[in-house]
Amino acid sequence: MSAPAPLARRIALQGGYETMCMLRNGEQLILAIVLPLLALVGLAVTPLLDPLTSPGTGRVDIATPGVLALCAMSTAFTGQGIATGFDRRYGVLRFLSTTPLGRTGLIAGKAVAVAVVLGLQVLVISAVALLMGWSPSPAGIAVAILLLALGAAAFTALGLLVAGTVRPEATLAITNLLWILLAAGGGIVIPPEALPGQLAGLVQLLPSGALGEALRSALLAGQFNFTAFLVLAGWTVLSGVAAVRWFKWS
Amino acid sequence: MLRSNRSDPPCLNIDGLVKDFGPLPSLEGKMVRVLDGVALQAYRGQVTALLGANGAGKTTTIECAQGLLSRDGGTVSLLGEDPARATSSLRARVGVMLQDGGLPPAARPLALLRHIAGMYSRPADIDALVARLGIGSFAGTPVRRLSGGQKQRLAMAAALAGDPEVLFLDEPSAGLDPQSRAIVFDLVRELRDEGLGIVLTTHLLDDAQRLADYVYIVDAGRTVTHGTVPDLINATRPTESGRVLTFEAVPGLDVASIVPGHLSAVETRPGSYTVTGPLAAADLAVLAQAWDAAGVMPTALQLSPRSLEDVFLEVSGKELP
Repeated sequence: MSAPAPLARRIALQGGYETMCMLRNGEQLILAIVLPLLALVGLAVTPLLDPLTSPGTGRVDIATPGVLALCAMSTAFTGQGIATGFDRRYGVLRFLSTTPLGRTGLIAGKAVAVAVVLGLQVLVISAVALLMGWSPSPAGIAVAILLLALGAAAFTALGLLVAGTVRPEATLAITNLLWILLAAGGGIVIPPEALPGQLAGLVQLLPSGALGEALRSALLAGQFNFTAFLVLAGWTVLSGVAAVRWFKWS
Repeated sequence: MLRSNRSDPPCLNIDGLVKDFGPLPSLEGKMVRVLDGVALQAYRGQVTALLGANGAGKTTTIECAQGLLSRDGGTVSLLGEDPARATSSLRARVGVMLQDGGLPPAARPLALLRHIAGMYSRPADIDALVARLGIGSFAGTPVRRLSGGQKQRLAMAAALAGDPEVLFLDEPSAGLDPQSRAIVFDLVRELRDEGLGIVLTTHLLDDAQRLADYVYIVDAGRTVTHGTVPDLINATRPTESGRVLTFEAVPGLDVASIVPGHLSAVETRPGSYTVTGPLAAADLAVLAQAWDAAGVMPTALQLSPRSLEDVFLEVSGKELP
């Protein structure tokens, strides 16, 4: 009699498979690695962040936490959102949910892939930033890793919410457009205090601004930004519940 | 296991199945009942076909049976379990081939099959499956570049990757070239003989006639009649004769005036004629004399018992495409 492979093996297999799909996709690689690297270098060589620098805190120190936050948004929201939208269109979600993997295993596999790709992004960005003179606050590193995981969860839930409710072409447009808008003015790479007055308060309530601010607090000053953490946790719960409620498998 | 023992417990038992879709904007926000009391039993070692026109409810029925759709009424038992609450153990025993394939366009066939096989503790022999379905020649080609027949054969292999006990095939001959069709049909018969319970949907009478041990005719969300193909064909209603004569000749013959009065005749397409009724040998002589008098020689002539198509027309009042 046929039997399923153990749950952990099914999830690990699907996670590995989805990771390879993401790494083999050229557009995804540009979004995941090339654009964040360009943002890092761009912010380090231009005077855009100069109003926020101080003795001992250079451009790259302010830029790097935001670029790490941008990586989470690239992979979890835009990358996984688009991939899931097209999987849904082609019936891949339906087919895989008839195998022992099931719907839960499928979502868990996607989460594994996001975590692995984000881990690789963090290694690449951190290595380049360290070469450029980045000196993160050692006290904030553990907190920053936890915040990145929470940010990835919030953006994965948001990406799946979009992918599971509209056509894949619309998912492609929405997640790319939001990525550009939030990267430019969402408080993620450019801190809210460097944005025009009215925007500053608003962006701190966005998942992008909250993740950017929380990572900057941790890696610049070694502090735990409780307000930003609460905002991010709120987005994770709300979009998670909404995705479970409204996600359409076909 | 040997064939066709309908006294064994069914591997799939559907009773009173109801499914509503909606509310739909196209119906001013109303619900539409797409399944209205479907009942069927499928058995191991048999091919059970759901035959019906597009929109009759065949795919909805098997998607409720697979657990892909929730139901609004009735009971479904798949290998003794409720597919609406399918566990991974149940899913491991059931293979599914979806109508749209469900294969990722960027995937390569062999790698995809090995990935799917990894979800099972005792998967099928993938190399043997690849050889059996002739997948070797395109094992490394991305799915998006495959022909319809190649995709369909790959979807069949994917459905069999876990060595299932029950196999669902939704329109298995869709998009198949004659060669793929022969491969797929042979494999379906072989799997049936090995004891798999196979449930397929089709809108093609030919598929049902060639593959099915047992046929359910589905119309407007109900199973309207069922039986083996010979049973269905031989279940002649008392008011009707079981013979049909078709012939082809020049178009435009006044066929209604040349056949004897107790028969009816129509020109179904230009040059194609169908004569129905209690045909006797003497009627053939009358027809032959009329052709001779009109200087007409038919180019084709066939005398047949009722076809499955007649049964279908009789029970549903509709023609299949």
